[in-house]
Amino acid sequence: MYLSELTSRLADGFLVTLQLLGWSMLIATVLGTALAAMRVSPIPPLRALGVSYVNVFRNTPLVVLFLITVVGLPELNLLTGSFFWRAVTALSMYTAAFVCEVVRSGINTVQVGQAEAARSVGLTFTQTLRHVVLPQAFRNVIPPLASVYIALTKNTSVASAFGILDLTYQLSDLIEDFPGSLYWNFISIAACYILIVAVISGAAALFERRVGVSR
Amino acid sequence: MAASNQSAAAPTGMNVAVGEPLVRMHGVNKYFGSLHVLQDIDLTVDRGEVVVVIGPSGSGKSTLCRTINRLETVDSGTIELDGQPLPAEGKGLARLRADVGMVFQAFNLFAHKTVLDNVTLGPIKAKGEKKADAERHAMELLERVGVSNQVNKYPPQLSGGQQQRVAIARALAMRPKVMLFDEPTSALDPEMIKEVLDVMTALAEEGMTMVVVTHEMGFARRAAHRVVFMDEGQIVEEATPEAFFTDAQSTRAQDFLSKILTH
Repeated sequence: MYLSELTSRLADGFLVTLQLLGWSMLIATVLGTALAAMRVSPIPPLRALGVSYVNVFRNTPLVVLFLITVVGLPELNLLTGSFFWRAVTALSMYTAAFVCEVVRSGINTVQVGQAEAARSVGLTFTQTLRHVVLPQAFRNVIPPLASVYIALTKNTSVASAFGILDLTYQLSDLIEDFPGSLYWNFISIAACYILIVAVISGAAALFERRVGVSR
Repeated sequence: MAASNQSAAAPTGMNVAVGEPLVRMHGVNKYFGSLHVLQDIDLTVDRGEVVVVIGPSGSGKSTLCRTINRLETVDSGTIELDGQPLPAEGKGLARLRADVGMVFQAFNLFAHKTVLDNVTLGPIKAKGEKKADAERHAMELLERVGVSNQVNKYPPQLSGGQQQRVAIARALAMRPKVMLFDEPTSALDPEMIKEVLDVMTALAEEGMTMVVVTHEMGFARRAAHRVVFMDEGQIVEEATPEAFFTDAQSTRAQDFLSKILTH
């Protein structure tokens, strides 16, 4: 009875957590990279916009962002999508600020000569970033980027407080329904998070080794 | 449009009429803070001409070379390429740079790309050439500079001399109107200098318009039509290599030559 209930709830929660993580990771990476590009662009207003974004979203507690996207904005008839997408919005906006700073530090590790050479063969600023600078920048920031994704994995649990049926939500449910199996409830949920984090670290290590060969 | 047709017809600037001005700098000034690195520079490079810029370190010769494709901006004065003033930032500037080949002291090959991809990136992305065409042209050029057997290697796997020859091929792949060389052999071990200079000499003989900043006096004598001597941000003297090396007029040039030719 307990075991079948546990596995089915774990499976449900695991899927939701993975969806939160996957979408947030994707959006945060695209947005964060765009923000990093803005922060190194030759156009001052774009730079200022990038700086402001990072200052606002890196310095706002995640729970406050959730309150804004889940409760505040829908109140103003903005962002009226499902709870799931409101949660993804909060997680993505927050994480993008950290991705931006990691990518920007990566851009700074790429020698100036690389960009000069790219511009010398007629590439525009955007092409230079996309084809020459960013591919090298990402290689140099695999470990810190993995840390950002791992932090994001754990941050998805905040969504449980806002009615998203993720792993952590399932945990509180299990504790209520099966108080006698307290340890197993915690251990099994923890194992699910560890599994996700292990995959991220493993992928990062693999990617780092592959890049090392071509260097 | 007319310009790109023309450069496509004459891949290495061969058989182009010598004489008409291609690069024209007029009254160019540049400051690094309070340092006046370029002082009232007037310089014209004609089509098919090889101009070698020499001078002591810190004389502004590299900066001069880098202003021609606007890797360095100038504070005053005008620079024209093929009758067109250099555009400010943006697509216009990118198009202009596509017509100007640049070879750096530190090679600056794209570290994450193979030799072949280094050479084809510009033609494919900046000129919209088809991958197959760009690769065929790249192979021809790599053959010409003698590294066609290394095309799938990454830059760090090559010697300095090989990297610099790839860098020359990369610049030539854009079918440039003019090639700029910013101390192309200064980072090379002595035994590799010759292989790079040989490629450059061949290029000069084919009629490529070249501006070469170098300390290689042998190359200046052999390949240059004109030597420009710079010191402290000024062009002090311009002459044929013959006249410059045997009978320099200014005391600064005489002083410089006595230091480098007697060691």
